[in-house]
Amino acid sequence: MINSMVGMHDWGLLFAATDPARPWTWAFVAITFAVYLYIGWRSRVRDSKGFYVAGQGVPAIANGAATAADWMSAASFIGMAGLISFSGSDGSVYLMGWTGGYVLLALLLAPYLRKFGHYTVPDFIGSRYYSETARVVAAICAIFISVTYVAGQMKGVGVVFSRFLEVELTVGVMIGMVVVGFFAVVGGMKGITWTQVVQYFVLILAFIIPSIAISTMLTDTWIPQIGFASSEIPTKLNQVLLDLGEKEYTQPFGKFSQLNVFCITAALMFGTAGLPHVIVRFYTVKDVRAARYSAVWAILFIALLYTTAPALGMFARYNLINNLHLSKIESVELSNSVDNSVLVVPYDELTTEVKDAADSLVYHLVSPQGRPLDWATRWQKTGLLVIDDHENDGTISLSLFEWVDKENGISQPRESDLAKIDNDIIVLSTPEIAGLPAWVIALVAAGGLAAALSTAAGLLLVISSSLAHDLFVRFFVPNASEATKVVIGRLAVVFGILIAGYFGINPPGFVGEVVAFAFGLAAASFFPAIFLGIFYKRANRAGAVSGMIVGLVFTLTYIVMCTSDKVLPMFFSEPGLAPDQYLFGISPQGIGTVGMLLNFAVTLIVSNLTAPPPEEVMELVENVRIPKGSGEPSAH
Amino acid sequence: MNQDTDRSGYWVANLKIVSALLTIWFLVAYVFSILCIVPLNAYKLGSVGLGFWFAQQGSIFVFVVLVFVYARWMDGLDRKYGVSDD
Repeated sequence: MINSMVGMHDWGLLFAATDPARPWTWAFVAITFAVYLYIGWRSRVRDSKGFYVAGQGVPAIANGAATAADWMSAASFIGMAGLISFSGSDGSVYLMGWTGGYVLLALLLAPYLRKFGHYTVPDFIGSRYYSETARVVAAICAIFISVTYVAGQMKGVGVVFSRFLEVELTVGVMIGMVVVGFFAVVGGMKGITWTQVVQYFVLILAFIIPSIAISTMLTDTWIPQIGFASSEIPTKLNQVLLDLGEKEYTQPFGKFSQLNVFCITAALMFGTAGLPHVIVRFYTVKDVRAARYSAVWAILFIALLYTTAPALGMFARYNLINNLHLSKIESVELSNSVDNSVLVVPYDELTTEVKDAADSLVYHLVSPQGRPLDWATRWQKTGLLVIDDHENDGTISLSLFEWVDKENGISQPRESDLAKIDNDIIVLSTPEIAGLPAWVIALVAAGGLAAALSTAAGLLLVISSSLAHDLFVRFFVPNASEATKVVIGRLAVVFGILIAGYFGINPPGFVGEVVAFAFGLAAASFFPAIFLGIFYKRANRAGAVSGMIVGLVFTLTYIVMCTSDKVLPMFFSEPGLAPDQYLFGISPQGIGTVGMLLNFAVTLIVSNLTAPPPEEVMELVENVRIPKGSGEPSAH
Repeated sequence: MNQDTDRSGYWVANLKIVSALLTIWFLVAYVFSILCIVPLNAYKLGSVGLGFWFAQQGSIFVFVVLVFVYARWMDGLDRKYGVSDD
């Protein structure tokens, strides 16, 4: 999921020394990590089948929970509800995009790929299109997608560690690397799977408990999904937003145009279905039937979080406005980084000289109901929340209004006193705003870690299998023994962890942007190749290879054209295409849908103009379509 | 029945199930929640518009049901054609 939301914020000051949640957080993290390590050790594996696909003996329900944990990353845990909170109705692109893809996966890909029975997505592409080139291209795509994705996870692990527990970011990333490394190297897919099952329960509890609390506080029901539609909150929130000069929360197409909502939803759906670390989960179960049922469990477990998130987002937005709008500045905390001095001055006594001597100031606010807003103080210190009293009247207004800059007399665009509020605040501050006990905050920290570690582990295995199984073993030691294969696989995981750790500590600026587009690339490259490989026998090597290249190149080129200055700042200084220059008005997030359609068109046309695939490939497709025989060990 | 007609019969039946379910998928996700969200919002479910509810809640519930129904129907089909592993 979009890792850009786990940004480069300084969360360190958020849970400052007086934080009552710290001992709880240590306890929760220590207990959960001990459990993860124990499971990794218990499920250690000796053969490559156990290493890559958990011996194909994972029960459907466990695999469903593992898939859900694998899928829901640090960012979907921490960032998504906030993203929806500020997108209103158009937040549906993330909700439907990241769940609807499972329908495609379950109905169109998972059962057949399980029947095919080899270890990886490049395996399928290589065999189905009888081409080593296609396999290598697929392996490289899988590595590229997974590395960008995993870097964000390690960064997330480091952030949660360093900030919630106040250890250095580097140390935090290293602890994360050691823990993930241990259960991935020792336990392989088997260790990862059983650890992810536990991690699912940690993260879902951590998400649901604060949501239930806020629903109980604001509505007549403790069930957020019911409160979402039945309570007065949506009506009230719409009215509040209108009064502030914003659009109604439930009004569609405020953030994206209708065409873009369509295209982004589709790109996220087809991209989800094409992501290698999600697909590979369906290789780990006993047979085709188990693959179908593990998809049922997976989407059920995912839906639990994804139907809660919009309710949490809506309630939190309402709560936030209610607390902040027309709050009073009681005092101002001024700090000077030169001599490290901190000064708290009552608002009435604040003079311009005092203000100018400080290089940062934090407002201590009191809500209109008279409650001190300590959480707002803490968030301001992280820079995620920026408050700017435009009118210098000591009252924070969230109304959008035009104001005149006193220094140059220029009229500024419509803006409220809330200069900046980051998506990440929503989930993390909910327990605080709702006045929940300290252990809930600690649970949220443990949940964020579980979400990051489980996703990182799944991605590392894809990197390892692509490097070791699809590339190295096949081309350099084709006759390797089982023991050698496992050793090579383990070395590849270690290698993957080192790369991920490096990017976690030194995040390149473009990771967030690239990850956001990984879905578009997966939709434009993998999905059509796998889908046609199963459903269209006539699809051949020439068709699939040219289709994948066209889809990938088109999508990548357009994304780079639109975001050149962000993605490749070393080559481009000019900003990319502006929204009014977009092709048919389609944003780069949605362009994967067009790339996918091009891929389909090219594959179909080229396949029909060239020779049909060989007889044994036709037989392979026939075989993949029938569930019988999936329980037998596959030939490698 | 020989094995070939058996196989193609199974495949055709499978395609029917998949197309029926994906039609509902498209209807709920793209027609209800995106293309027709504005007219549907004229109807209320509780205090929110129906289109908005489908976009943020209803579609996800339907997805869960679709995947479940698929697994159940395919169980029946596998038994009928004798292609399951049990």
